[in-house]
Amino acid sequence: MRQLAPQVLGTLVRRYGNFELSEDAVQEALLAAAVQWPASGLPDNPRGWLITVASRRLLDQLRAESARRRREVTAAALEPGGDLAAPSPGGEPGGQRDDTLTLLLLCCHPALSPPSQVALTLRAVGGLTTAQIARAFLVPEPTMAQRISRAKQRIKATAEPFRRPAEPERTQRLRVVLDVLYLIFNEGYTATSGPDLHRVQLTTEAIRLAREVHRMLPDDGEVAGLLALMLLTDARRPARTRPDGALIPLAEQDRSRWDSGAIADGVRLITAAMARAPLGPFQLQAAIAAVHAEATRAEDTDWPQIAALYKVLAGISPGPVVTLNRAVAVAMADGPQAGLDLLATLDADERMTGHHRLDAVRAHLLEMAGQPAAAQAAYRRAALRTTSLPERRYLESRAARLRP
Amino acid sequence: MKYMLLIYNNPATYQSWTEAARDELFGEVDALMKELTESGELVGGEALADASTATTVRVRGGVTAATDGPFAEAKEQLAGYLTIDCESQQRAVEIAARWPDARYFAMEVRPVMNTAGTEI
Repeated sequence: MRQLAPQVLGTLVRRYGNFELSEDAVQEALLAAAVQWPASGLPDNPRGWLITVASRRLLDQLRAESARRRREVTAAALEPGGDLAAPSPGGEPGGQRDDTLTLLLLCCHPALSPPSQVALTLRAVGGLTTAQIARAFLVPEPTMAQRISRAKQRIKATAEPFRRPAEPERTQRLRVVLDVLYLIFNEGYTATSGPDLHRVQLTTEAIRLAREVHRMLPDDGEVAGLLALMLLTDARRPARTRPDGALIPLAEQDRSRWDSGAIADGVRLITAAMARAPLGPFQLQAAIAAVHAEATRAEDTDWPQIAALYKVLAGISPGPVVTLNRAVAVAMADGPQAGLDLLATLDADERMTGHHRLDAVRAHLLEMAGQPAAAQAAYRRAALRTTSLPERRYLESRAARLRP
Repeated sequence: MKYMLLIYNNPATYQSWTEAARDELFGEVDALMKELTESGELVGGEALADASTATTVRVRGGVTAATDGPFAEAKEQLAGYLTIDCESQQRAVEIAARWPDARYFAMEVRPVMNTAGTEI
């Protein structure tokens, strides 16, 4: 049912031109469907049913609004065309797809902050309720409702017409969409256990939306790269935590628990994309994940290849996080000192000042280099700085294991 | 990121103020709370009863000792907190600076731990 949300919303915005109220109306129609369909059975044309119900709600809203404004608006002017009750079954497939992408581009409008882009995308395109989104982000429902309504007001203020932007803006805006989908994915993927269980749904949702975008833009290498990266990363999820939520590092994971189906999908996608599309950061990260996935045992990992891929990534998309990850690969390929030398280049980087991850990686490399005292001190510094409970627990246990 | 903003003040100072001055202070707090609610940044918060009503509890050798008064003895006491979910520590500090107690006493901004984690 939620797959229909963007199609129904797209149809409404096209007809009535009011994104804000249309989005509310679609949300109400989805709620009505969730209540009525299990009892009365699936309608013959679910999409038509949702469009009819959502249109009625929207028209009620528009009437109430115009009455409030004491304006003379005849109901006839608001009456939709004759296709309201019965949209042709299976009709306008191209239009449906266009609408999903147009909606994604609208919800990820650069005028919105990333948390607003995420919330609006999940509601308007993903069809999740405000309560579900609030639970996933561990905030009270009114806080999330406020965030969504504010995002919609801001979109209204941009007065952007409901159509795909022209090039080169379209490509730039699509990058934002991909970043937002990756953000949603990571919110779910980094969840560990217990109170975070609702967040796992975000991973599934991000993969579903990335698949949708890939279906619409099969030749875009970065879209394929993002989808592959998500599949290859998510494949490790069953092995990355203990039942109590404690983190298991990549080198110690039980690889037989990795999802081989997702790995095969991801490898096929990234291989095809890199063969024909221009390289991009998501493709390179997916390629790195694929190299990890192809090693049956941690010691079989092709670290020189991973280090080479990071070098290319650092060339096209430089940043402290890339350097940090590259330092690990370089240490594994060329020895810990080479990795530590690369890490030293981050010491003067203001973006990394006081960041626990720099100390965490340094601790690992110092441990590899046979310097337990320095490693222990670095693990402890990292443990004090992290805001993640499972990471703190992991770092403290690494520090405790060392006998300087 | 979630941050807790801890509000520290000395109630005796505010008691010596005029009614009008206190009303103005409450008005400022209400306006800021409304703004944070509307921006979708406010997660929660509570005001605490005076520190003199606190009980401090210690268990030593299996024996519980409950004493009257707060854990930390100081003129400035923890008077309440608010939890916000905002984009950066810089934004959290900006909000803390606009809370009136920051002008007379202090606000402490602390990141809240989360249960998300990335393996190495």
